[in-house]
Amino acid sequence: MITAQTQPRSADDARRMAQMAAAQSGDRAAYEALLRDCVPFIAMVAGRQGVPPDRRDDVVQDVLLTIHRARQTYDPARSFNAWLRIIAERRAIDLMRQVHRHGAREVHAPVAFESYADRDADPARGVDHVQGSGRVSDALAGLPASQREAVEALVLREQSLAEAAVTTRRSKGALKVNLHRALKSLRGKLERTGRG
Amino acid sequence: MTTSPHDSLIRSLGSDLKPVQRLRAPALRALGWLAVVAALGVALATFADTHAMLERITDAPDMWLAVIGSTATAILAGIAAFELSLPDASRDWAWLPLPGALLWIGASGFGCLRVWVVPATHVAELGEARDCLLFIVALSVPLSALLLLMLRRACPLNPGLTAAIGGLAVAAAAATLLNFFHPYDAAATDLTVHAVAVALVVGANRALGGRIFSVAGVTAGRVPPN
Repeated sequence: MITAQTQPRSADDARRMAQMAAAQSGDRAAYEALLRDCVPFIAMVAGRQGVPPDRRDDVVQDVLLTIHRARQTYDPARSFNAWLRIIAERRAIDLMRQVHRHGAREVHAPVAFESYADRDADPARGVDHVQGSGRVSDALAGLPASQREAVEALVLREQSLAEAAVTTRRSKGALKVNLHRALKSLRGKLERTGRG
Repeated sequence: MTTSPHDSLIRSLGSDLKPVQRLRAPALRALGWLAVVAALGVALATFADTHAMLERITDAPDMWLAVIGSTATAILAGIAAFELSLPDASRDWAWLPLPGALLWIGASGFGCLRVWVVPATHVAELGEARDCLLFIVALSVPLSALLLLMLRRACPLNPGLTAAIGGLAVAAAAATLLNFFHPYDAAATDLTVHAVAVALVVGANRALGGRIFSVAGVTAGRVPPN
């Protein structure tokens, strides 16, 4: 069998299949209940894939988003649990690859980090900081809408990428790119106004 | 009742919920794309000398076997791409176009070993072979755009592989349609140019498709911790 299996189905599975079918028709209550019900299952699959406990919530968020974006691909004649398990396993593997790539590039060296004084640390900067915040607001207002939206969601409202992706209706990749561009542009603008 | 740390995300997703139309079976969706390719073939046939083409490709077994091979590759790779675009699809679908591709490559390769030249054809010169490359690449642009848009409606969790197999379907379809305007016998230069064109199309689809599917928000990613 190449895609998600249809058998065996438990009572849980049958309930989730019905909830997902209702969600496809736009039933919000059934959908939210289904997603809440899926969280422990996704965390369990992530654990079995070797995802450390502190990163399992990342997998859960990714899988919830994937369910949302892929809900039109689910066939209610097939087992929901089998469909969800495959998606959760793939998302867990994606995350593990990302963690390994990240780990290969960075070194955890707290002692080396603490041995260097922060050259920018200065108690008197507080006053400058307050004055500077006006400049930041002005610079922020001059950004294109998509970039401003990314800064507002990810920095000012401190939303996670997953939450910001939903509220702004943009992909996580697009948000990251917009945030990166916005920060670069803000840095340039603030440097110019700081010199001027 | 305890609150899950994911509650705000779940509520956001709930508020974003709209009724969706279930996607049809991947084979049916592939058939839709192949129907567009077939319609394009019919349109191109009106400008081509189909009699001469049929004579050309039936004169030597390697010629018609290569056409069957490229057609089979387009069909099988098209089906495989639509299957791979489903989030729960097995990567094994990527092997589906292999028989067609082997027949296509094998027959084209054997054609180069043939010592006689098929009547009403000649061995393509470098300039003519370059036209083949331009034809395959130019025809691949609209076919790729349509295929990537159709694939994007699903949610491929293997975006690179899905787009690459889609690119193979597009390149094979374009190479098949090239036969309408290809009065050349099989030759190493021509075969190499075709291989380069196919590689270009597959590579461009893989690169572009990966980005398009990523914009659709299907690839994993988060801001690294500070």
